[in-house]
Amino acid sequence: MLEIKNLHASVLDIDDSEILTGIDMKVNKGEVHAIMGPNGSGKSTLANVLMGRFDYLVSEGDITLDGESIIELRPDQRAHLGMFLAFQYPAEIPGVRPWQFLKTALDSKAESRGEDKMSVRNFSKLFDEKVEAVGINPNLVKRSLNEGFSGGEKKRNEMLQLEVLQPSLAILDETDSGLDVDALRIVAEGVNSMRSPARSFIVVTHYQRLLNYITPDVVHILVAGKIVKTGGPELALEVEKDGYNEYLSATGANV
Amino acid sequence: MTLATPPTAVDKFSTEYESFVVENSSSPDWLKAVRQQAWSTFSELGLPTKRRGTELWKYTNLQPLADADFAYGVTGSVSLDQMKVVGPWDDAFDTVVVVDGEFSVELSNLHGSTGLDAGSLAEAIAAGTGSVESQLASLAGREKYAFTALSTAFVDDGAYVRIADGTQLEQPVHVVFVTSDAAENRASYPRLLVDAGAGSSVVLIETYVNLAESAQFAAPVVEMFAGDGSSVRHYRVQMENESSFHFGTTRVAQMGNTDFTSTSFAVGASIARNDIHTLLDAPGANCTLHGLYMTNGEQQQDQEISTTHAKPGCSSGQFYKGILSGKSHAVFSGKVVVERDAQKSDATQKDLNLLLSRGAEIDAKPSLEIYADDVTAAHGATAGHVDRDTLFYLQSRGVDEEAAKAILIRGFAEEMLNEFKPPALHEFVEKITDERIPILLAESDTIGTA
Ligand SMILES: Nc1ncnc2c1ncn2[C@@H]1O[C@H](COP(=O)(O)OP(=O)(O)OP(=O)(O)O)[C@@H](O)[C@H]1O
Ligand SMILES: [Mg+2]
Repeated sequence: MLEIKNLHASVLDIDDSEILTGIDMKVNKGEVHAIMGPNGSGKSTLANVLMGRFDYLVSEGDITLDGESIIELRPDQRAHLGMFLAFQYPAEIPGVRPWQFLKTALDSKAESRGEDKMSVRNFSKLFDEKVEAVGINPNLVKRSLNEGFSGGEKKRNEMLQLEVLQPSLAILDETDSGLDVDALRIVAEGVNSMRSPARSFIVVTHYQRLLNYITPDVVHILVAGKIVKTGGPELALEVEKDGYNEYLSATGANV
Repeated sequence: MTLATPPTAVDKFSTEYESFVVENSSSPDWLKAVRQQAWSTFSELGLPTKRRGTELWKYTNLQPLADADFAYGVTGSVSLDQMKVVGPWDDAFDTVVVVDGEFSVELSNLHGSTGLDAGSLAEAIAAGTGSVESQLASLAGREKYAFTALSTAFVDDGAYVRIADGTQLEQPVHVVFVTSDAAENRASYPRLLVDAGAGSSVVLIETYVNLAESAQFAAPVVEMFAGDGSSVRHYRVQMENESSFHFGTTRVAQMGNTDFTSTSFAVGASIARNDIHTLLDAPGANCTLHGLYMTNGEQQQDQEISTTHAKPGCSSGQFYKGILSGKSHAVFSGKVVVERDAQKSDATQKDLNLLLSRGAEIDAKPSLEIYADDVTAAHGATAGHVDRDTLFYLQSRGVDEEAAKAILIRGFAEEMLNEFKPPALHEFVEKITDERIPILLAESDTIGTA
């Protein structure tokens, strides 16, 4: 279970740059939480802070995973605990082949947990299976990681990594943005097939349409670095219809 | 040494030169004349030091060289087992080994390939093989460049490679210049002459290694003639020990419809300069010059790359990558000259650098001098640090920071490593790169965009 308590975060080295202004959130095992909110409200920052990005300073509050604080852990250590972040803007990495990189990632996770590394043969099989499942052109993943990938291809590649790494807490930051209908369905099917009592998801999205496929247990509205409303799936429909105006005036945010 | 009267660098070499001349009094007259002329050029120029430096040496501190003493030492021996590990090696290659400047029959591995004449330069000179007399020092003799002149003054043995007209060699020709540990502070003048006949095709690998731990001074000169319609794929592996000096001159003359590609792997020596010039001397000559340089500690690596488009309808590309750490310093000086008559020329230049430390320094100067009006040209140079977003991306997948950085450095190098096509060579440069990365990282103190 993930618990976020009164989380305040700002940009390291920039004074008065608080972006997250006190977030409280509890994600139980097996749940899917959706986070919606206007541009610049802090959704990606929250995702990054959860994953341990060093550019942010947590000035107040705590994040615990199964009761243990993870604030002091590095991103790779958080990944080893089963966390995963699908990026809104995945980095392009020249000269790094997706196959090799994913094998390295999987191996380091196994190593940190004292488990056996997957054999090359089994890994190749898994990789090929997942490449097909997420609908990436196999030639594409022979090239450099994300380099020259289209926006949609990058997102599919994030799904590929998610499915291979099988995290227990997956944060998807606008994985649905910029996707065609087929790709959207692939993302939704990927998430739905991975849904299990032991795995939770935090899905950041701007669009209700994703939530037609993935029915969230809880929906949060994040405005100006705070969760201003929490509810069920119906909340997403409301936002879709009415926008964020009511919340913006309530927080006095000038977004 | 006082500041008022700096030792003229020429003095350091003149005793050596005098005895060299005596020892080689039986050389053919034309060769003696070549040496004599080169020596007077060198005497006139002296070594470029801080005081006597020219624009060409503006970014390179040669004081350590001026302060050192080198001798044209005795010839030592090297074992085949050593050869196989210090540099790339493949039994299938036609290999010419030159130890301390002398052709080694024992270590060379020649298969008598049809159309290939490869072996000792001294023998080729003595026998008057091919066009040795008219070619030797003809490309690398005209300019006023101290190290080329010095090297030419001592021209003696080395390697000679001639590919007969129309010959398509299947296996690479590998020329290895190795210095033994027989002498401390040896000066050596490796020499290679390549004559690729019309319509021939050859893959040529040049390797510089030393077994000595002391500082070595090498001033190699390579001249290559690419005949009409020939294709020459050239590689250069430069990896002497980190107290050595390497000042290499490579001169290439390309005839019509030739393809010349050169890929350099420059990681060795304390101060190294790789000076390559290609002359596109007939329509349809294309050249691509590639390279990867990696430096750490207080190393200096200079890539002095130039191409002259003398005739119309030629294309050239220069693309280099550098990875710098510690307090090292690299120079990329890329120059393309397009002469007045060289219409429809196409020239590109690119130099990308990855700086891993605050103390590392790169001077990248791509330059185009265009005198023709119908020309397509582009150039650019960048210097960046390991990117924070990318680093976080890799870490978020469970890879720790050091490993993530290593992956990124390797990824940066990958594109160049892939240019090394012969498998044994490719494996070798990959292995050296993988061994080098932890050393670069140990001296790294920057992440993200500073
Ligand atoms: N590293 C940083 N340096 C400076 N400002 C930052 C940094 N990271 C985030 N911010 C600022 O914090 C605010 C929130 O950004 P964030 O990316 O979290 O928004 P978001 O909710 O994900 O928006 P979007 O819907 O557009 O993706 C923005 O004003 C952004 O410019
Ligand atoms: Mg965002």
